[in-house]
Amino acid sequence: MLETIIEGVIAFMLIAGGAFAFIGSLGLTHLKDFYMRLHGPSKTTTLGVGCTLIGSLIYFSREDGPIIQELLITIFAFITAPVSAHMLAKSALHHKLKPDPRTRGNPVELESEKPKHAVEEAPQGDSPLP
Amino acid sequence: MIPPTRWLPMPVLSLLLLVVWLMLQQSVALGQWILGGLLAILIPMICRPFWERQPTIKRPLKLVGYVFRVLGDIVTANLQVSKLILDPRGRMRPAFVEYPLTLKGNFPITILASTITMTPGTVSAHLRLDGRTLLIHALDVGDINALIDDIHQRYERPLLEIFES
Amino acid sequence: MIDMALWIALALFCAAILLNFYRAVVGPSLPDRILAVDTMYMNSIALIVLFGIWVNNKDYFEAALLIAMLGFVSTIAICKYLLRGDIIE
Repeated sequence: MLETIIEGVIAFMLIAGGAFAFIGSLGLTHLKDFYMRLHGPSKTTTLGVGCTLIGSLIYFSREDGPIIQELLITIFAFITAPVSAHMLAKSALHHKLKPDPRTRGNPVELESEKPKHAVEEAPQGDSPLP
Repeated sequence: MIPPTRWLPMPVLSLLLLVVWLMLQQSVALGQWILGGLLAILIPMICRPFWERQPTIKRPLKLVGYVFRVLGDIVTANLQVSKLILDPRGRMRPAFVEYPLTLKGNFPITILASTITMTPGTVSAHLRLDGRTLLIHALDVGDINALIDDIHQRYERPLLEIFES
Repeated sequence: MIDMALWIALALFCAAILLNFYRAVVGPSLPDRILAVDTMYMNSIALIVLFGIWVNNKDYFEAALLIAMLGFVSTIAICKYLLRGDIIE
């Protein structure tokens, strides 16, 4: 009986993790602009991977005592995901990526300014780097 | 919290290193305690020059409560974002919000920014150089002032109490 | 029951990685591609853990831990490079 319940919990965790990660990637694929795409992976994929890891933790803890190593990856993922999302958003603002026209609010960081590069080191083609 | 001494310049970091070592080794044998303890003393001594001053945690119990509240919010946030992504009509109201900060320390601001990223519909995008405003991108927001008020009441107030009261 | 769940989860994660790959190839801007690769390594962590369950071997967790650490550091390094044109200031 207890065995069945634990198996059910593991199965639920694995499927929920997969579903969350899939929805996150779906958001990454079909949302309109970069700032909106950032939401899917930073939240949903992190929780999806966290769910899968917890499912695997329960799976391996069934036989020989608690295995808490996988908790470390979960904690690490939850600490680092916001940091990389923040850095990505910062670099997108730095490149002045255009937000969707429906977006309200107009931050100073996105207003265009005069090009700082001299003529000979002007950006080539579409590349933002000189 | 624990006062720093000459041998343990950063007690909290040392404790964290010891716990992580024991978790990685998956054992509490005497040898692992000795090796972990040695690392927990050596690593902070070597890398102390890179670190800023350690923040003081005034109310550790409130911090535990805060962590559980954020964990609960992460789950609701994910359900909300999933619903928004799967909504076939795609009715989103994205917005850039400028959030005025009242926190001062670097570490509390970092925690607040991370919390904002992990919780409903918002990603912290940029901390202005003056350290007074945080630029937030929200996926679906109706009333911007209500969002700012909500973040202030729900996350910034507890952090103020924990770190700067 | 677990077998069934394992197969469904594997299929979902593989589909997620394919979607990430699409964004990494198409992505109109550099931050888009970095975001796609970042998501891809997160998904591959889960894929490795699921493989560990499949072959019933818990040592695969160490590979997952290494991927998590290296992925985070490389994402931050590339973002730093885009922001300043330099990694170590």
